[in-house]
Amino acid sequence: MNLNKILKNAFIVVLLGLVVTACATKKSVKTTTESSTEKKAAETQTADPIEKLDALMQGDVYIGSDTVGELASGVPDRVFFATNETILTTASRETLRKQAAWLRQNSDVTVVVEGHADERGTREYNLALGERRANAAKDYLMTYGVSSDRIKVLSYGKERPVDSGSNPLSWSKNRRSVTVKAN
Amino acid sequence: MKKNFFLIFLIYSIFKPTFCFSLVEIDITRGNLDPMPISVSPFFSNEDTNEKIKNILSINNLGLEISKVIENNLEKTGLFDAIDKEAFLQKPDIAHLKPRFEDWALIKSQVLITGKVTSKIINDKDYIRIEFKLWDVLGAKMVDGFSLTTVPTNWRRVGHKISDKVYERLTGESGYFDTRIIYVAEEGPKTQRVKKLAIMDQDGFNTKYLTLGNELVLTPRFNPTNQMVTYLSYFRNMPRVYLLNIETGKQQVVGDFPGMTFAPRFSPDGKKIIMSLAKDGNSEIWVRNLETNIQEKLTDHPSIDTSPSYSPDGKYITFNSDRSGYQQIYVMRSDGSNVKRISFGKGIYGTPVWSPRGDLIAFTKLHKGKFFIGVMRTDGTGERLLTENFYQEAPSWSPNGRIIIFYRETKTDDKGKGFSAKLWSIDLTGYNERLVKTETDASDPSWSSLLGN
Repeated sequence: MNLNKILKNAFIVVLLGLVVTACATKKSVKTTTESSTEKKAAETQTADPIEKLDALMQGDVYIGSDTVGELASGVPDRVFFATNETILTTASRETLRKQAAWLRQNSDVTVVVEGHADERGTREYNLALGERRANAAKDYLMTYGVSSDRIKVLSYGKERPVDSGSNPLSWSKNRRSVTVKAN
Repeated sequence: MKKNFFLIFLIYSIFKPTFCFSLVEIDITRGNLDPMPISVSPFFSNEDTNEKIKNILSINNLGLEISKVIENNLEKTGLFDAIDKEAFLQKPDIAHLKPRFEDWALIKSQVLITGKVTSKIINDKDYIRIEFKLWDVLGAKMVDGFSLTTVPTNWRRVGHKISDKVYERLTGESGYFDTRIIYVAEEGPKTQRVKKLAIMDQDGFNTKYLTLGNELVLTPRFNPTNQMVTYLSYFRNMPRVYLLNIETGKQQVVGDFPGMTFAPRFSPDGKKIIMSLAKDGNSEIWVRNLETNIQEKLTDHPSIDTSPSYSPDGKYITFNSDRSGYQQIYVMRSDGSNVKRISFGKGIYGTPVWSPRGDLIAFTKLHKGKFFIGVMRTDGTGERLLTENFYQEAPSWSPNGRIIIFYRETKTDDKGKGFSAKLWSIDLTGYNERLVKTETDASDPSWSSLLGN
């Protein structure tokens, strides 16, 4: 086995990882007309009154509290994403800062950040998307002082929805990353 | 091929994808083609054989059962219409010896299949000998036939081999009946699905479960050259690509990667596995040689590159990437060079799978909230959408490249109830869409090559 080659490849992977992180924001802005037409099509499918959805979703990001658990007292365990997106919203960043603060205070705790996608994508792509989302959350936790060796990521793609509905609100709850205590 | 030319031409013309579809226009009208009337006579066996087989297999009339296997296979192609056995005027033994063609023409049969089952003992072991003949009723002659001797438990496979022979003879295409399908069996509520690897004969019989459901398993794919399978397992919460030997049950992780590996598929020679590695928010396509254990990265882009599939000559790989902003289909050389986008229609394109014939790529497309299974030429032209639904994906080709199997999930109601996942198949022509029956809910089908002897 060619150790040099593996090390070199691993190095490239790490480098690329950095590039991705750096590009994350730029990439997310590039939402195409495609996904917005899809959102429109999806929204017309629901029977819920628009007002009710507005209270629970901003754009198509879930902002309600249903399904949200706690990592610790007063520290929400999850953040939500827009369709096909990995960008962290203002609310998500606030949640993650709370998580980071708590993790800094409890330095013996390690966590797994689980990344999830909704059911409206192909299985394999969603596995990759879940991994991207979990890493977006992980990177933010690291920015706020949690060391990377305390955070594992695990993508479930579309395999573990919290809401079994087939409507935009259910899908918005399922597009998430959840920080779970690992020890 | 000096048969009834009209007959062969008729079937061949059904098979040729000459239906016109313009680019991205969705035409999935199912025409009602005229299937060919065919009679499958119960295979004859004498009292002595019947008694023996009843003791071994607990089947009263094996000859009848074999004829039903063949009948079922041929009918499901949509190309044949099996005539009710009640209408047959001639007894199985005499028909097999020499059919009275007028009797079969009278019930409008164009083709007749007859056979005979005999029990045998070789070296103190029980065997069955199965003989079959294919008759052209209009031409009044036998056109094909063979006999096989095998262990009694293999009787369904003999039925499949006979079906393959008939199909090949009448369509000029290689068959696909003596094959198996590996898939993911699903049970439980949508939020907590239990998934197991399962394998069954192409016609839904002989289902076996290969994992217990303790860990999540996804996307099993056959090695085209043997009975190995590659799949994704969440064993110990470490999602990795595994290799499974179906015969021995032995499983092993593929390679040593520093992150989640997924979306595996074998190379056409079965010696390599291509897959994605997700690490630090980026998914790239890698290949691992199973003989040399050398692994190489093939793509190099800060986007999601996944769902790779080799061309049958092994020279190219198709995959999907969101490097343009959203999922599209690309083709590159198998060393990772010359990456070209090929999908340019409206919508998101994923899961490209190269046809075993080499000329087409099957894909999943999401457009205006609907999922389509379609095919395009390998340069992206000639897109044809075969079927539209709320959710469906993961096409896999029959070994002769004529049928695509995929899975479909239902939309749940307002209370989140009514979820199901099922396997479906559709002809390349866009006709003959069928539910593939499975014991449980099912997804991620992969079709094996024709089994050997």
